[in-house]
Amino acid sequence: MTEFEGKTVLSLHVNGNFHEVLVRPSDILLDVLREQLGLTGAKAGCKNGDCGACTVMVDGWPAKSCLMLAVEAQGKKITTVEGLGGKAAVQNAFVEANAFQCGYCTSGFLMVCHALLTQHPVMPDEIVVEEWLQSNLCRCTSYQEIREAVHLMYDAVQDADV
Amino acid sequence: MIPFDFVYCRPDTLREAADAFKRYQGKNKKAVCYGGGSEIITMCRAGSIHPDAVVDIKGIPECGILEKDDCFLTIGAACTLSRITESKLFPLLGLACGRVADHTNQCRITLGGNLCGTVIYRETSLPLLLSDAEVTVGGPDGMRRVPFQNIFDGRVRLREGEWIVQAHIPVWALQARHAHIKKTAQEKIDYPLVNVTAIWKEDVLRAAFSGICSRPFRSRRVEAVLNDRGLPPEIRAEKAAGLLPEPPYHDVEGSGEYRAFVFKNTLCELLEAWQNDRV
Repeated sequence: MTEFEGKTVLSLHVNGNFHEVLVRPSDILLDVLREQLGLTGAKAGCKNGDCGACTVMVDGWPAKSCLMLAVEAQGKKITTVEGLGGKAAVQNAFVEANAFQCGYCTSGFLMVCHALLTQHPVMPDEIVVEEWLQSNLCRCTSYQEIREAVHLMYDAVQDADV
Repeated sequence: MIPFDFVYCRPDTLREAADAFKRYQGKNKKAVCYGGGSEIITMCRAGSIHPDAVVDIKGIPECGILEKDDCFLTIGAACTLSRITESKLFPLLGLACGRVADHTNQCRITLGGNLCGTVIYRETSLPLLLSDAEVTVGGPDGMRRVPFQNIFDGRVRLREGEWIVQAHIPVWALQARHAHIKKTAQEKIDYPLVNVTAIWKEDVLRAAFSGICSRPFRSRRVEAVLNDRGLPPEIRAEKAAGLLPEPPYHDVEGSGEYRAFVFKNTLCELLEAWQNDRV
């Protein structure tokens, strides 16, 4: 049995590297990423699992890092928006489609779209895209452009495969 | 941040889990069963609960099982809602799972968490009630297997130190004709004003509900009225709405009167679909 009590040093696998962090069992992943690792791409929005601004990828699946304990992340592969490197298909597509205004929600949307591409390498039905995108909120209402970016992302991946 | 400390335990076996619960039982201490954790983290942050320990059951193989044999589909309590949906093994439960919270959260929320949570809707309970499902419960005295309806009266009732390990759904229910209608006030992703879930066994309609009352329920009296095919759908819906076990639920999402109105229309929709073979 794994058990953590009080402050503990953990090794987390984030963006391809192991990082040591000092956490309490009740620390949430979002705070640890931002405050200890300086990975401020994941944003604190509602901190309630509603807005998706804090979305990261955990073992290839999207996860709201405000609703995950840091201790749970041990042994898992965490990817934050910084881990996309700036030139990922999803990032290029968002730029091309102007899929943002204020940008606060963008890193969360990028991560949910990147996870969509990871789990569905071929463009899935629109209903699946809609279902995934509904996990995040954009108060500037760039939804149409974000949806367009998803299409551009898949077009780019398809073109690269040809 | 969560403004207090707790102990995090991640047992590898059922025995270790039972021991962990036992350690924090009594002595003014409390351990909570931790699945996806979304509700526990939210409530801890809000100061609604102050557990001394969380026992994360995701590392226990029996709690992560998802497999079918000749008699039952067995789903571990730590299976996520998205995994259940994507397995397509029990489409009605998949529909229920697919309408709880949003997709990203469905990748975290577990079956056990939805059944045992404090949010009153507990929508995954409805397919279990309708399919005569059983559950395996773990605890300090070992495991026991009981009909789900014996431990569920709108919320899960377990003894101290017990937790749900698995749900077992009889195979007849897996591909049975079914319907799942969830009505929300505005957005698709929201708590239900009314959730009507139905399954047919040998052309007899079974129905269970969430949102209309303060707890999910299945009612044989309501089902008897709904199956009275000599009456037109609107009359059956009207009569069924008069048989609720308690007054309609009233909150900011919808008044009791509005929920009752939606409930009747939704039942009517279901019965007309049945009558016209559109289910």
